[in-house]
Amino acid sequence: MNYVNPMKPSERMKIPRQVSIEQTAEERNRNFNEVSAGLDEARAVLEAARCLECKNPVCIEGCPVTIDIRTFIQLIFKKDFIGAANKIREANYLPAICGRVCPQETQCEIVCILGKKYEPVAIGKLERFVADYEISNNLFIPPVITNHIDQKVAIVGSGPAGVTCAAELAKLGYKVTIFEALHGLGGVLRYGIPEFRLPREILDIEMERVRQLGVEIYKNFVVGRTATIDELFNEWGFEAIFLGTGAGTPTFMGIPGESLSGVYSANEYLTRVNLMQAYQFPDSDTPIKVGKEVAVIGGGNTAMDAVRTSLRLGAKKAYLIYRRSRKEMPAREEEVHHAEEEGVEFMMLTNPTRILADGNNWVCGIECQKMELGEPDESGRRKPIPVKGSEFVVPVQTVIEAVGQKPNPIIQTTTEGLDVSKWGTIVVNDVQLTSREGIFAGGDLTRGGATVILAMRDGKIAADAIHKYLSDKQDGKTESK
Amino acid sequence: MFPIISKEILSSTITKYVIHAPFIAKKRKAGNFVMLRVVDNGERIPITLVDSDSNAGTITLIVQAIGKTTKLLATKNVGDSILDVVGPLGVPTPIELHGQIVCIGGGVGTAEVYPIARALKDVGNTIYSIVGARSKDLIILEKEMGAISKEIYVTTDDGSYGRKGIVTDPLKELLDANKDIQAVYAIGPLPMMKAVSNLTKTYSTKTLVSLNAIMVDGTGMCGGCRVSIGGKMKFACVDGPEFDAHLVDFDELIMRNRTYVDLEKIADERCKLTPSIAALAGGVK
Repeated sequence: MNYVNPMKPSERMKIPRQVSIEQTAEERNRNFNEVSAGLDEARAVLEAARCLECKNPVCIEGCPVTIDIRTFIQLIFKKDFIGAANKIREANYLPAICGRVCPQETQCEIVCILGKKYEPVAIGKLERFVADYEISNNLFIPPVITNHIDQKVAIVGSGPAGVTCAAELAKLGYKVTIFEALHGLGGVLRYGIPEFRLPREILDIEMERVRQLGVEIYKNFVVGRTATIDELFNEWGFEAIFLGTGAGTPTFMGIPGESLSGVYSANEYLTRVNLMQAYQFPDSDTPIKVGKEVAVIGGGNTAMDAVRTSLRLGAKKAYLIYRRSRKEMPAREEEVHHAEEEGVEFMMLTNPTRILADGNNWVCGIECQKMELGEPDESGRRKPIPVKGSEFVVPVQTVIEAVGQKPNPIIQTTTEGLDVSKWGTIVVNDVQLTSREGIFAGGDLTRGGATVILAMRDGKIAADAIHKYLSDKQDGKTESK
Repeated sequence: MFPIISKEILSSTITKYVIHAPFIAKKRKAGNFVMLRVVDNGERIPITLVDSDSNAGTITLIVQAIGKTTKLLATKNVGDSILDVVGPLGVPTPIELHGQIVCIGGGVGTAEVYPIARALKDVGNTIYSIVGARSKDLIILEKEMGAISKEIYVTTDDGSYGRKGIVTDPLKELLDANKDIQAVYAIGPLPMMKAVSNLTKTYSTKTLVSLNAIMVDGTGMCGGCRVSIGGKMKFACVDGPEFDAHLVDFDELIMRNRTYVDLEKIADERCKLTPSIAALAGGVK
């Protein structure tokens, strides 16, 4: 193991963790521009100098796609930013996205040795820095594909699982086709994650790079409807299929008043804003209605995205209603922190019981009850129990439910022999193979609601498994000739 | 991109489009719909598939220009393309042999009930048709419906054509006169479908309606199209759009569909600023 940084560990530890340049909370909660501008070159190099260059870099084990973090940080220290970007891309084809939306604080950064006594190296921000550097200086060169394999693979869904699987297989030389149901690419990255966390230009650039690998893309194509899985095998000639259709079907709480005007699923709300650009209405045609007072129900990242979006759409008060306490919230700490800074009012240990209507069938309030925490439930979190007689009404004109999503059932119901769990997720083995030969799956479709990086990990594992499956299949053919 | 192969004006506001969309053409069944988006920044709207030709790779849509997107579509001509068309979506109509059936189309809803009536006729059902509209100008597909029907009744609200009145008038007479009517299919404005449903309930005649709810994606993702069917929440796009009329909470849907009325007006006002749309409406450029 070589060291590139001549500084002693004690000197490195003295450097404070570098922070990104951010829009102030008062400024950003009224616009859709990105919250953070990331690190500049000087801060990135200084941050890289903090890395202890561990002999046994545990950060790499913490990364779901095992990026060679130690080496890419060394390259940043040596100011070889493009070398660093390429090093990341060996393991992760979408660094500009992961550098922004990955929960590094619970993955690579949580295990960073420096973090034991000081703050961990800002690995995520460094990843983002090199990706942005490459984009802003237009220095990306698509990998050269020398090997061409005459076998076709279909990828269903252009979200993080699908595009990662597509990119890995295309690099190996397969003929890859992506089928996307919507008119825009990226899946949840496009319809779910707001622009203030992941700007559309960044997403467009990353998607274009997937296309540059020779991947064929059909938009407006709903597999299961426009063509079935069996038609893709039998008529289109695909030899393997990867399903990455996500968990896009919203669930509702089932409380009275959900059909009122002014009640949205977080999916509808975010899709209107992110995919359809409703925040630009009437310059864009899709409308959205946001009251002066908005209640978002849920404690995950989707809830944070919806509540922060509400402020940006002009809400004077945005409440986040969650039935457990802040400690149990599944959202990323950074998102919770940003939401608080921007003025979101947290109503913890609070559970909605019904939505109230005005005389015109519009939402005028939400009735809630207070909760207290009891014994831990099957998820290990303390179970919230209603406090009797604690009902109260919060006046709001918009209610957004971010209480979970299930996989869309279109493919499961139009494909024979696919094992589906009771949660509607597709059952896969350790290499992402489903119960049917040649069909692999990953991401939220198999996990039921996880992170971008875990979806990418599934896509990578599936790509390896598909490569093995198709190579064996090809060898079998050759032998039998 | 989806090129327009032919365009035929059926009335002052209703136009028939034949569009090149080979994948959809191959899979279309009666009762399916597509989502379409005419331009970038445009809205996605659901439109029922009227017909398809898998050999030519075309689909047929009949659209009334009533909102910004449909008006924008009306400015497109043969040779122009529609940006996005996705489908076929929704659960197709189960085509079964019932015996004698009444098929009712209200306004542009006639274009939606026609493919269903034709498919039902093809499997041996006897069809009685009722075609209704506000006025003569909005009566469409009378000839086509007539050709597959044993009897056809035409009503207009203002009496400018056919019989003055609403579709439930001849429907009541048919149900009174013919005890063997097994099912009623009704597609049109929600108040019309509600009136039909209320009437057939008293005869206990099975009635199916196609619900046009607010949709964003049309694939089950947004939940905007949720409707109450027998007290249960269903998504019109993936569980429907066809449902048992007697289980539909029409009042709830009528209210929900008014959610964006004021914003739709703003969008419509904007239309008048678009020269091509203004010209189409006979407005001043």
